[in-house]
Amino acid sequence: MIELEGLTKRYGEKLAVNNLTFAVRPGIVTGFLGPNGAGKSTTMRMILGLDRPTAGDVRIDGKHYDRLKDPLTYIGALLEAKAWHPGRSAYNHLLCLAQSNGIPASRVREVLETVGLSGVARKKTKGFSMGMGQRLGIAAALLGDPRIVMFDEPVNGLDPEGIHWIRTLMKSLAAQGRTVFVSSHLMSEMALTADHLVVIGQGRLLADTSMADFIAQNSRSYIRIRTPQRERLLDVLHGAGITVVETGGGMLEVDGGKPERIGELAAQHQIVLHELSPQQASLEEAFMRLTAESVEYHAHADAPARQWGDDWQKGS
Amino acid sequence: MTTHQPPAPQAAQPTWQAAAGASYPGYTSPIPVVRTHLGHALASEWTKIRSVRSTMWTLGVFVLLVVGIGLAAGALVAANASEGDLNGENPLSFGFFGLLLGSMCIITLGVLTTASEYGTGMIRTTMVACPSRGRVLAAKAVVFFAVAFVVTLVSSSFVAFAQVGMLSDARDPSGGEWFKATVGVSLYIALLGLLSLVVGSIIRHSAGAITIMIGLLLAPLVIALFMFSESLQDLREALFEYSIPSQLSVFYATSLTDSGPSGWDPLWIILGVTAAAFAGAFALLQKRDV
Ligand SMILES: Nc1ncnc2c1ncn2[C@@H]1O[C@H](COP(=O)(O)OP(=O)(O)OP(=O)(O)O)[C@@H](O)[C@H]1O
Ligand SMILES: [Mg+2]
Repeated sequence: MIELEGLTKRYGEKLAVNNLTFAVRPGIVTGFLGPNGAGKSTTMRMILGLDRPTAGDVRIDGKHYDRLKDPLTYIGALLEAKAWHPGRSAYNHLLCLAQSNGIPASRVREVLETVGLSGVARKKTKGFSMGMGQRLGIAAALLGDPRIVMFDEPVNGLDPEGIHWIRTLMKSLAAQGRTVFVSSHLMSEMALTADHLVVIGQGRLLADTSMADFIAQNSRSYIRIRTPQRERLLDVLHGAGITVVETGGGMLEVDGGKPERIGELAAQHQIVLHELSPQQASLEEAFMRLTAESVEYHAHADAPARQWGDDWQKGS
Repeated sequence: MTTHQPPAPQAAQPTWQAAAGASYPGYTSPIPVVRTHLGHALASEWTKIRSVRSTMWTLGVFVLLVVGIGLAAGALVAANASEGDLNGENPLSFGFFGLLLGSMCIITLGVLTTASEYGTGMIRTTMVACPSRGRVLAAKAVVFFAVAFVVTLVSSSFVAFAQVGMLSDARDPSGGEWFKATVGVSLYIALLGLLSLVVGSIIRHSAGAITIMIGLLLAPLVIALFMFSESLQDLREALFEYSIPSQLSVFYATSLTDSGPSGWDPLWIILGVTAAAFAGAFALLQKRDV
């Protein structure tokens, strides 16, 4: 269990994390979402005692991180950036970590096997690809067989097989009763993995809720209809007091309402339907909707593309 | 849904206060739990220092410089000295040049022991594995000091024996002179390296910290050399006397100057400076983010 209470971090002018209060519970996978710069990595660094909170408190199973006598058996973390010496071999990197916590060296070989790096254990990490680096970070996190695992964007750079592996891994870790806290920007992946969500934007808590509730609350569910007899169906639905929106491509959309009722109405009036499907928005949609106001770093895909040299051409 | 806008600060839950780990449900590992102590940190730092190539390089070059220059100086003096030249000379004093140049390698290794972890990001892993920051710094200091001392002692002793053998005309050094020229200089060089390690921990940037330390090593002497003005005579003397090369030469009883530190003074000076820097680094380490 990780408990945050009023956790706040200020870097000079920048309020990176603003009064976060939530708990990450054991036995489930908790997703940690937020736009770029929302403060996810900062929060995780504070949980690990790396950054000192400006205000507030965070505890691991009731204790401050720096009070833990055997930290790696409490919590295993994969941090955002590469966090090892490129000239040291994977084996020696894990060995020095294991030694600092009195973990037997045999465990190093075990985790290397688990993440599939046994073959390159004696190689310098300098030559590792992004995905191999990610696997090494995960190996370090699993080293102490910890009660809590915390991954900052673990699927970054992993191949499809690796992504599938980490998803199964996180679910099985949670099923063993561990606390699993994971941040990611891959919504489709998160939707498959997480049971619970904590969403932040500009350092503030936006949601702390189950996955199902989150999607239900933050997205529009509607019924999509396609029919060759559009005018007649519109009349019928209008007559039944159902509001219909016409979207492009001959599609109709009904907000709320039940597909059964629309199907029955169509049948009564012998209207042909080509499609009648309830649409549940994706996690991605729900996320974008909730965080729309707190996105700080926008890309401007629709801004008019400027030509190289525009400026000096104007100037001359 | 519980959409906190803004999240209302809740009253602390009762479980919050009950800090016993047992009251928290969850997974229990079959790996036996170990209460970590300094010994674990020492083992870890030993693995770190022996498993990177920069250690082998800096120490290798150090030994080459100390032994190579030491033997070359001995041979040159032996070849060029005419009968009676070396009467009353201390043969150990020709070990000085190699050690002075070699000290730059020890400085580099000292800085890299701490600062490189900031450059590579390793420091985060280190501090997560050992949240007691003071313990990390202490373990690094102990392991590095031991390595630097042993390597310096072995190479300076080898050079000392070789030179005494080569310069048979010179007088036999006394026991005290032997002790200062081997154990004494090794302690001094290892402390100089330790000071570099501490500066590396404060600066957190390898190139910057190495530059500072090399500057500290050479600048006072170089500045003093070019300080011509009469009015600055006192400052010039002090810079000369307290420059690191001059202090190092005190261990061979051939101080570059007649006044200033003598005997074991240089050791106490660098010990004091290193201890003060260590205290500063320790305080900063507690205060700053990793
Ligand atoms: N050491 C630091 N010094 C100054 N500002 C920082 C520091 N670390 C983070 N910040 C700022 O705090 C904010 C939060 O950053 P953080 O890395 O926690 O975001 P994030 O949610 O992890 O983003 P991303 O999804 O891009 O990884 C950013 O505006 C960042 O610029
Ligand atoms: Mg991040």
